[in-house]
Amino acid sequence: MNASPDITERFKRGDKGAVARAISWAENGDPRFATLIADVYSKVGHAWRIGITGPPGAGKSTLVNEIAKALRTRERTVGILAVDPSSPLSGGALLGDRIRMEERTLDKGIYIRSMASRGSHGGLSRTTVDACDAMDAFGFDEIVVETVGVGQAEYDVVSAADTVVVVLCPGAGDGVQAMKAGLLEVADVLAVNKAELPGADRLIMDLEEAVHIRLAGKSTWMTPVVACSAARGDGIEDLIAAVERHREHLKAHDLDGIRREKRLAQVHRVLDERIAEHLWSGGGFGERARALLDSGRSPYDVVAELFSALLAEHRHQKNGAK
Amino acid sequence: MTDRKIRVLVAKPGLDGHDRGAKTVASVLRDSGMEVIYTGLHQTPEMIAEVAVQEDVDVVGLSILSGAHMELFPRVREELKKRGLDHVLLTGGGIIPGEDMEKLESQGFAKLFGPGTRTDAIAEYIKTEMKRRWAHTS
Repeated sequence: MNASPDITERFKRGDKGAVARAISWAENGDPRFATLIADVYSKVGHAWRIGITGPPGAGKSTLVNEIAKALRTRERTVGILAVDPSSPLSGGALLGDRIRMEERTLDKGIYIRSMASRGSHGGLSRTTVDACDAMDAFGFDEIVVETVGVGQAEYDVVSAADTVVVVLCPGAGDGVQAMKAGLLEVADVLAVNKAELPGADRLIMDLEEAVHIRLAGKSTWMTPVVACSAARGDGIEDLIAAVERHREHLKAHDLDGIRREKRLAQVHRVLDERIAEHLWSGGGFGERARALLDSGRSPYDVVAELFSALLAEHRHQKNGAK
Repeated sequence: MTDRKIRVLVAKPGLDGHDRGAKTVASVLRDSGMEVIYTGLHQTPEMIAEVAVQEDVDVVGLSILSGAHMELFPRVREELKKRGLDHVLLTGGGIIPGEDMEKLESQGFAKLFGPGTRTDAIAEYIKTEMKRRWAHTS
């Protein structure tokens, strides 16, 4: 395998193979990712990150393809991250989002990466943010992240985005369903796709009402509802215009502060992971916990004892360092 | 904490429109724990190599039922080489006569699989081969 300095140099030269390898490192928990991203971190922050989420079959991949096409006509370069689920049984995944983005394969201004959710226990959010950082530092103007489409993973992925677009379509439940699913809470823009189908007008009205109930008088941003048809290429310009209005809104309302809080959440997650790894692999906590459990103590008792032991060791080290 | 998965691109180059075999193999590889990227029908060698770069795959598997295998395998390999992907395991299968298979294998292509292959044999082969390669590198 190539050594890290070589990949860093290729990364800076704009070689897509290098950004691809960097994302693999992030996915695999390879420490070479941290070295690389530290080297290029001054370039992170230029790209606008758009998260595309919504239920399966809403047309997310087709919409991403159309958004990318429209952004390219504006001469923006685009990095796309398409997340699909891993099988909880085998750990494998079948990643098929590229099929709908095939026309973009040979476009030099586009990079598409398929990513498996890999059991999403915090790991998805870390890897998604890392992959976005890599594409951002690489120099793409826009980054589009397409999510799995269901469950907790949504919240992980939107933590990586500046603007979250929730895609819904008629025939998959009314606006109340969307409210129940908690999708409205994460939406900065609502897209009603397949708007040529019956029921679209009703869904749009329901959503506008739901947004109004939730945000009127409480928020400076009223989530717009945009009708579109990705398969026909209709409404895409309106959707991009809505994303751009949201971008201008955030720039006028403490974008740096919002991004810093997301960074803080990232530091929090990664630090938690590192501490847990340290305790359970190097710190011998597994052995100690086993011994305490064998002596008949309750799990909470064991936790209390181990936690005091941890604090005592920490204090001891601090005093030792003085 | 590193957890590396084998990433495989299953691709159908050329003109034939039958992808049941490719889909079957893709599912079997997923069920044996690999991450499989499937790109659909009618891919050019250039597209296949470009996807291999962007997805940082370890393996490219071609499914060819059209009879154009003697042309397509070398062309895909050439496109991969052009992009510095000499290390990628290039394998595949389809309706390929035994003598052509031997010829391609003697030209340095990885093992190829014909009709009637047990699907888990393909997964087993890829796993064994990647284990051997990763033991030497990374």
